Amino acid sequence: MARLYEYQGKELLKQFKIPVPAGRVASSAGEVRAIAEELGRSVVLKAQVWTTRRASMGGIQFADSPAEAHEKAKDLFGLVVKGFRVEKVLVEEKLAIKQEFYTGIIIDDTSKMPLILFSSVGGTGIEEIAKTHPDRLARMSIDSLTGLRDYQARNLVRRTGLHGKLQFQIGSVLVGLWQIARKYDARAAEINPLVMVKDGTVYAADCRLTIDDYAVYRHQELGIEVAREFDHPPTELEKIAYNIEKNDYRGTFYFIQLEQNFKKGDNYIGFHGAGGGGSMMSMDAVNKQGFKIANFTDTSGNPPASKVYRAAKIILSQKGIDGYFASGSGVASQEQFHSARGLVKAFREEQISIPAVIRLGGNEEDLAVEILTKYTRDLPAPVEGYKKDDSADYCAGRLRTLVDHYREPAVKPEPRKRPGAEKPYTFQTLTGRVTFDHAKCESCESKICIQACQPGILKLDGDVPVLAITRETAEKGKCIECLACELACEFEGGRAAYIDLPIPGLEAIRFLNPEA
Amino acid sequence: MSILIDRSKKVLVQGITGREGQVRTQLMLEYGTRVVAGVTPGKGGMEVHGVPVFDTVEEARETVGVIDVSVVFVPAPIVKNSALEALESEIKLLVLVPDRVPIYDVLEIVRAAKSAGADFVGPNTLGLLSPGKAVLGMMGGRARAAREWFKQGHVGVSSRSGGITSSIAYYLSKNGIGLSTLVHVGGDPVVGLTHPEIMKRFEADPETKAVVMFGEIGTSQEERVADLMEASEFTKPLIAFIGGKAAKEGTRFSHAGAIIEGERGTYEGKVRRLKAAGAHVAEAFDDIPEVTKKVLKSMGINN
Ligand code: SF4
Ligand code: SF4
Repeated sequence: MARLYEYQGKELLKQFKIPVPAGRVASSAGEVRAIAEELGRSVVLKAQVWTTRRASMGGIQFADSPAEAHEKAKDLFGLVVKGFRVEKVLVEEKLAIKQEFYTGIIIDDTSKMPLILFSSVGGTGIEEIAKTHPDRLARMSIDSLTGLRDYQARNLVRRTGLHGKLQFQIGSVLVGLWQIARKYDARAAEINPLVMVKDGTVYAADCRLTIDDYAVYRHQELGIEVAREFDHPPTELEKIAYNIEKNDYRGTFYFIQLEQNFKKGDNYIGFHGAGGGGSMMSMDAVNKQGFKIANFTDTSGNPPASKVYRAAKIILSQKGIDGYFASGSGVASQEQFHSARGLVKAFREEQISIPAVIRLGGNEEDLAVEILTKYTRDLPAPVEGYKKDDSADYCAGRLRTLVDHYREPAVKPEPRKRPGAEKPYTFQTLTGRVTFDHAKCESCESKICIQACQPGILKLDGDVPVLAITRETAEKGKCIECLACELACEFEGGRAAYIDLPIPGLEAIRFLNPEA
Repeated sequence: MSILIDRSKKVLVQGITGREGQVRTQLMLEYGTRVVAGVTPGKGGMEVHGVPVFDTVEEARETVGVIDVSVVFVPAPIVKNSALEALESEIKLLVLVPDRVPIYDVLEIVRAAKSAGADFVGPNTLGLLSPGKAVLGMMGGRARAAREWFKQGHVGVSSRSGGITSSIAYYLSKNGIGLSTLVHVGGDPVVGLTHPEIMKRFEADPETKAVVMFGEIGTSQEERVADLMEASEFTKPLIAFIGGKAAKEGTRFSHAGAIIEGERGTYEGKVRRLKAAGAHVAEAFDDIPEVTKKVLKSMGINN
């Protein structure tokens, strides 16, 4: 789930007429000082980070003068809270709080409805409130067609013992919060604490909104960079991976780094799953063999070979991994040769120098394993392929054995460069470009590329392969980026075919981390 | 017998002319599903594997008569509209295959299905399959594979992971245990028919003698199955396995459902509740066939 920062959430609250303390967000200590001067009273400085309990980590500071605010802000901007470096600080007037409340909306899987909670006790987490003050906590399911009506909201508040003007004010806050949740597809929306100050006015002192990843496309205005829930700020590789996923609707690709500070020999492996359930079990299997998981990756939902290729390239860009493990459920409905070809192209280009075990069980597994083994025999490291009768545990055990017995070549092989072409014939695909070097094709006897192309979009024009369909249809997706022409040509043709599948940003990262 | 799908049900495919729609229509037809019509707006008059394509569901219904099931393969942003369209034409079971359907869209479908007295499986589902009878969605991928992998018999399978549904079914079949119906309930946090709702249907199906359930961390589906067992609303033997033991709390994997929310939804919590309710919880995934065999043997069933 894509989280919004407190200051972003409060902007939305303001739009929906929920009172928030006066103030603004700052990006430097100087700006903090200026805002404190504008406000002209005691202020609170709040580090903008996506973690709970930031106060206990020094993420919240109070200041009685602009000078004090300036000093304290200097410390805040250097702070790293659970891996998040503080880049923004929210500066607000300090409220004279008389009473604290809690309200939140979540989507309840049991009733399959949104659920709104209100408690006349606030400040700490909702779990504790539910335990210690069950009588002060009221909840209600919201009909997503009719929404939350104001009298329903007031009745909910009434059940916790609040009356009159306070009940009325809070009722409007709840209705506003529901409208925000609905409008912005929030998986969770929380105001904790909601506070009443001395003069009886109610303010949202904090705000947490998480937006449904699957609906982020409807809310460009929120400027969500990576629609994923991370427990750390997105890494460069994660951003690169997310952009690939965003620009290719075929199948699903998910990449998250679980650990980055490790080196060769620390037993970290690159993990490449296919499908959530199978991935979890495969992770259990590698954990049992004493491996640690550097990244969690999932390519599922019938992705093309090109997407699997990009996933593999990104996984292999992590420094210090000792092995590569790919495994799905074992009995996949999807044709497995697409994954096999994607992996092979990546492994060949990278001249993979860590052992890899690939579990390809499912439809067309025989062909998939044949492609995988035949086309990786000449690589520096062993690559093994397995089928549906080989369990995840067995495959993880194979990786253990291979890693234990493997000696890396003294000189790390250079990744292969894209070949040049004397007489290039090219066409665009959905996310890349196919090139045939017609100079080499002329003398090729097999013309294997034509047969290899399952959708049948290639034909011979005299001695050389060309598109049998228009360039536009090829680019629109008729070339399914299955990579079959390239691999067949490399082994049984004249080594004239090459498919460019750019991964924006990846080269730059490698330049910065040459060991990767 | 079987649950939800058999050879007699008349099936519509929405999004029949798309990439997945075409291939999976072929799977369904070749496996024995009675696919009677397809819908793709703007493509009425075409045929896909001999199945007539209509512009709207209403038109399909007027032409081919009452439709029992619709399998939906349209892009995620328009799943809601397709589902509402099918419900308005009085189709009582929907199978929503696509992944990444916004959750508030799912909530609206829930609401509409409820007032229409209809059910749906998914979203984010591989579908369901009754061995030797029919398949909805893309379970098995190809008819030849589906026939080879899944044998007919008396054990029901309900799973929150698509790949795992087929893999449990395959390993059971390979061990000589036949199956009544396999259901992938879908991987999202809110889905139509959940584990407990599937259990009720298995309970009512005389052919199903025992059920294998694959659960995952997140949501309360498995806990609610335990509730059903304790209330004697589900009385058949249940063999369960819960995935995600190694998942780090708060880390989210690609199954949106696999989020640990507070105390419920944890691996330990689910295992504890299911055991207390009398389920046979397999410790390792590979143990599932053995455990199931033992249970069937103790019931005197030779599958
Ligand atoms: S197989 Fe390779 S070399 Fe031969 S015609 Fe095809 S692209 Fe050219
Ligand atoms: S040209 Fe044909 S074989 Fe080559 S990638 Fe495209 S679809 Fe595959």
